[in-house]
Amino acid sequence: MSRSAIFAKVRAGLKVGPGADAARRAGAEARLAGGGSRLMPDRGRVGTVERIALFKSFLAAQGSDLVETGDAAELPQAIAEYLIARELPLRVRTGSDPLFARLPWAEVRGLARDMGRARADDTAGVSRAVAGVAETGTLVLASGPDNPTTLALLPETHIVVVRRDAIVGNYEEAMELAERELGTSALPHTLNLVTGASRTGDIGGRIVMGAHGPRRLAVILLGGN
Amino acid sequence: MRPAASPLTGRSAAALADARLQRALADVPGGFVAARARVKAALPEFEALRRAGRDIKDHALAHLDLYLEAFERNAIGAGSKVHWAATAADACDIVLSICREAGARLVTKSKSMVSEEIGLNARLEAAALEVVETDLGEYVIQIRGETPSHLIAPAIHLSPADIAEDFRRRHEQLPQDRDMSSPAALVAEARAILRPKFLGADIGITGANLLVAQTGSAIIVTNEGNADLTLTLPRVHIVLASIEKVVPTLSDAWTLLRLLARSGTGQEFTAYTTLVTGPRRPGDPDGPEECHVVLVDNGRAELLGSGLREVLRCIRCGACMNHCPVYCSIGGHAYGSIYAGPIGAVLSPALFGPQAAGELAQASTFCGRCESVCPVEIPLVTLMRRWREVSFAEGATGWSKALLRAWAYLARRPRLYRVVARLGTSVLAGLARGRGALSRLPFAEAWTRYRDLPAPQGATFQAQWARRQRREIP
Repeated sequence: MSRSAIFAKVRAGLKVGPGADAARRAGAEARLAGGGSRLMPDRGRVGTVERIALFKSFLAAQGSDLVETGDAAELPQAIAEYLIARELPLRVRTGSDPLFARLPWAEVRGLARDMGRARADDTAGVSRAVAGVAETGTLVLASGPDNPTTLALLPETHIVVVRRDAIVGNYEEAMELAERELGTSALPHTLNLVTGASRTGDIGGRIVMGAHGPRRLAVILLGGN
Repeated sequence: MRPAASPLTGRSAAALADARLQRALADVPGGFVAARARVKAALPEFEALRRAGRDIKDHALAHLDLYLEAFERNAIGAGSKVHWAATAADACDIVLSICREAGARLVTKSKSMVSEEIGLNARLEAAALEVVETDLGEYVIQIRGETPSHLIAPAIHLSPADIAEDFRRRHEQLPQDRDMSSPAALVAEARAILRPKFLGADIGITGANLLVAQTGSAIIVTNEGNADLTLTLPRVHIVLASIEKVVPTLSDAWTLLRLLARSGTGQEFTAYTTLVTGPRRPGDPDGPEECHVVLVDNGRAELLGSGLREVLRCIRCGACMNHCPVYCSIGGHAYGSIYAGPIGAVLSPALFGPQAAGELAQASTFCGRCESVCPVEIPLVTLMRRWREVSFAEGATGWSKALLRAWAYLARRPRLYRVVARLGTSVLAGLARGRGALSRLPFAEAWTRYRDLPAPQGATFQAQWARRQRREIP
């Protein structure tokens, strides 16, 4: 009932008859197929070196930590060193992302790795981002068994691995990369665009980190220069 | 949630006299203004984005029926259930029936203005559900039994000391002598209190900053991550959104998102921007099993055909409030509506009935700062002026009508106008007795209480003009 009443009111407000005017409909269909507005800031449309420098500068501005690693095999060691430097428990949880499956986790002394969705008492989650966006220093995380969303939300420390060659200039390019990477244009349940750790300014206007989600965010940039 | 009945002037006077409120308002909106200026300066495309944002919303509104159909089709395709609510009561009924169907007891919510508009919490609580607001500012005003006083900073009217008092009262289970001296301590306390609520909730209700027709997605932004916890952990996710939130494509959404945080908090981007599309997919280890989208009209469709369509462009960033000299003086509650500031002065009478229009449209100096910062270029001053016209036509006070009629009479009779103007000028100059300004004026004490009226200097404008003309033309 409500549905037809709302559509009738909308069409009356727009002064269009029900189902009429093919031109209007064609205009909307064309936009849905064609993509609409594309006003991408020039700051992201730069060469690789500048793009990665911009990405890093935004990570610093938002208070995220940065670790650079040349080879994936070094990831467990780099993660352990990060946790040790901050006196955090040497325990992480990952999803079933193929990148993590092949790594020598057991070779790093003292480091425990669990798998699956986050538990309430997990201290550190590790995810792989499908892309990093230079224009604001944003990570794009796709939900699913490879990288469960809860890993990015429940633990106090969130560590995100992103390949250097997945750092793109703008959000639009990140979507194209995600589509290629996921092998489908169908979106996952969530695409989480993360730009720094959880924060709030709701008490007295001062920014406090760790409102409900992670208190700290570490980005591991993976791959040679 | 209708606007309070007490007159605006009374509430404004009370707000101006409230030292605690004035202290709370002293810094925060100004901080947003400075941050916005910084990020705007860092993005040369900002003004072009504002124009693009305006065009996207105008296009979306002109094709709203078609994009709503497309959104519905694609949301259903992604596994969501789509519900339509013509009125506030319908929307509450739908949400309540989803809660009952799910056998829910505990409901977590992330910030949603439309839920405030429809009075959802009261309705759910009356049905014995526990409803917990998870945005920190919303949590604070929920435990105080208040409404938000700002679109994006709902507890902006409170100081950390006020909030500490509320937490002490509310969180009785915690030690009385705990440290509550810093915002960080208060945030940590709220985190510890709310975490079990996130984990135990049966249903999570979020708003939506945007709906994307092309994909059937909702886009939700927060800095706290509370919307993500709210929509990821419970078994059922409900998106509550008003119909004008729909935009055609993801590309259109990026343009608007580039404007939203920069205009509101003055951030480059909010910490969490989430595209959520349907429930969890088969094989997903987390996420809700059901996703419901409740699309609320509640008076918006009628605005499409009115002279107020442009107000539906609003993306609820709060920039107009932060930049408004009136809002920054009296705060949000004085407006008597959950939609305060310039956008509230236009939107509230449109949604809640024109009886409040006259009052709210007076709560502006028409300085135009709101328009100049609006990310979608809503002509707020023009729209407020429209409400002033409506309220004047429908019953301006006898006084203002008589004065305007007297002025109109004089304006049509130049010779008489000159005589009266000359008389008025000399009377005012006489009253000022050479001091250059009048600190008190008979019949206008309310005006002169806060400022002086400059006294006329010399002859009237017309007399000076006439003299100058005589000199120039030999």
